[in-house]
Amino acid sequence: MRNVLAIFNKELKSYFSSPIAYGLMAFFAVLSGYFFYVYVAIFVSRGVESQMMGRGFPMDVNEWVVRPALMNISVIGLFLIPLITMRVFAEEKSRGTIELLATSPVRDYEIILGKWLASFTLYAAILAVSMINICMLYLYGKPDFSPILTGYLGLLLQGGTLLAIGTFISTTTRNQIVAAFATFAVCLILWVLDWVSSYETAAWAKVVGYMSVITHFEPFAKGVIDTKDVIFYASMIFFGLFLTARSLESLRWRA
Amino acid sequence: MISVEGLSKRYARNVAVDNISFEVQKGQIVGFLGPNGAGKTTTMRVLTCFLPPTSGKASVAGYDVMTQPMEVKRRIGYLPETPPLYPDMEVYEYLQFVGRLKGIGSGDLNRRVNDAMERCAVTDVRTKLIGKLSKGYRQRVGLAQAIIHNPDVLILDEPTSGLDPKQIHETRSLIKSLAGDHTIILSTHILPEVEQICERVIIISKGKVVATDTVENLTNRLRGSEAIAVEVEGVEGAHVDSGLVHRRLEQVRGVSRVLPRESRGGRLLFEVESLQGRSIRGEVARAVVESGWNLNELRPVALSLEEVFLQLTNTDTAVAVEEVAQ
Repeated sequence: MRNVLAIFNKELKSYFSSPIAYGLMAFFAVLSGYFFYVYVAIFVSRGVESQMMGRGFPMDVNEWVVRPALMNISVIGLFLIPLITMRVFAEEKSRGTIELLATSPVRDYEIILGKWLASFTLYAAILAVSMINICMLYLYGKPDFSPILTGYLGLLLQGGTLLAIGTFISTTTRNQIVAAFATFAVCLILWVLDWVSSYETAAWAKVVGYMSVITHFEPFAKGVIDTKDVIFYASMIFFGLFLTARSLESLRWRA
Repeated sequence: MISVEGLSKRYARNVAVDNISFEVQKGQIVGFLGPNGAGKTTTMRVLTCFLPPTSGKASVAGYDVMTQPMEVKRRIGYLPETPPLYPDMEVYEYLQFVGRLKGIGSGDLNRRVNDAMERCAVTDVRTKLIGKLSKGYRQRVGLAQAIIHNPDVLILDEPTSGLDPKQIHETRSLIKSLAGDHTIILSTHILPEVEQICERVIIISKGKVVATDTVENLTNRLRGSEAIAVEVEGVEGAHVDSGLVHRRLEQVRGVSRVLPRESRGGRLLFEVESLQGRSIRGEVARAVVESGWNLNELRPVALSLEEVFLQLTNTDTAVAVEEVAQ
């Protein structure tokens, strides 16, 4: 545990002592802020419209603003995560510092866990930026709090999954750009997999659709915590980290 | 302290290390000498548990690198060819991180970091970013990293490569000062370095150990015959014919060859080589004096390690040397 903590601290420091963390936060703040603004604007104009039509205003702020904003954040995540994980192992390999880690009395899983937890913490910190938007809603209204909470939980789980996959991909190359692009490609595929379920209802389409990280996020955005979604994310995280461990091990056999 | 037995490492296409065996005693400084691509780094990586061997055994401080890697890793300090540094970390912070990785308790950590910084003379840059340091400083921070947990064994891969002469000198004396407490293996392709620092040499070429011995023995053994430099002068500046001296020296028993070297003023210089296993110094001295010349100087010429090295690592000349030795 001590070793995990040592790696974790060092990783987190290196994120925050370089412009990466701040750049990503800024990028995320602008994008999520823009989407949030758009949804609020739509919500307001619809509200005004329905009042002019003489109807009441039963529109739900959770349904019209929070949920689409969360869905958008989950998509922004696909772009952010490759940028967070690209350096994780690729940089160690290109700098040769992997030799330090591999020849220290530290186990592979401790290295991986420390690194993954650090990237997860950075991701959580970035997500936290979007909380500002949500807080604004509370100034003017009373959105339901539980779907927001489950939504963020879902975002964390989905992010953790993609971070684990990105960490694995980062072990396969010493070039950060390659790692970023490959991770992005895989994230994209995991996102669009569920599109087949919109035109195909056969069993294979269900299986493919099930693999999509977005499908499992939707219930969270609606305020539903389904065990099968939690299990999906947890097993994907485990699988990603497991692959990372195998890949690190194979580095030694091949290097 | 270190024992390697029949160690081989094969990659997909080539054999990097081919069935090598050697032992290193506690407290020794051993030079690992070989041309580039001879398998030095691979051997070191096996010893540091970075690479598993294809076959054979290697153990450090009695622990096997394959079955007890954690115990081995606790007892070695390793400086790879490029020091494993994080440019965005400060020196002090970096050493703290490495100390934690090596399992130093937090109560001990600061003392150990300060100690390592002092020994490697990097205390003055403790708060500087590693990325901003000069190459010499980086190398020393790399060394500090290797000794921070006071390991039994230090493994240094080309510790002086890419440094300027002053830095090389500093690094060498630093390594020397670390001997005693630590068993040190250092690889290099720079010969004077081995002559200056190491007690023993392991010469490896094309993945095989071609020689392992003390520096002196190795030069002597390879030499086989004795070579001496002789300086002759006429009594009270009288002229001496060079050809005459040459012939006289050749007549000495046991001499195989006489080579005239440059002559300064009236002083004539020769290099005389003996036949295998013959000592000729006494005979040569007597011959010169009895001929009525002054013997100004008579000293043995050691074959430099460089020549030994070339002979051992170059197959053609190695064969030639052996033929001569027969």
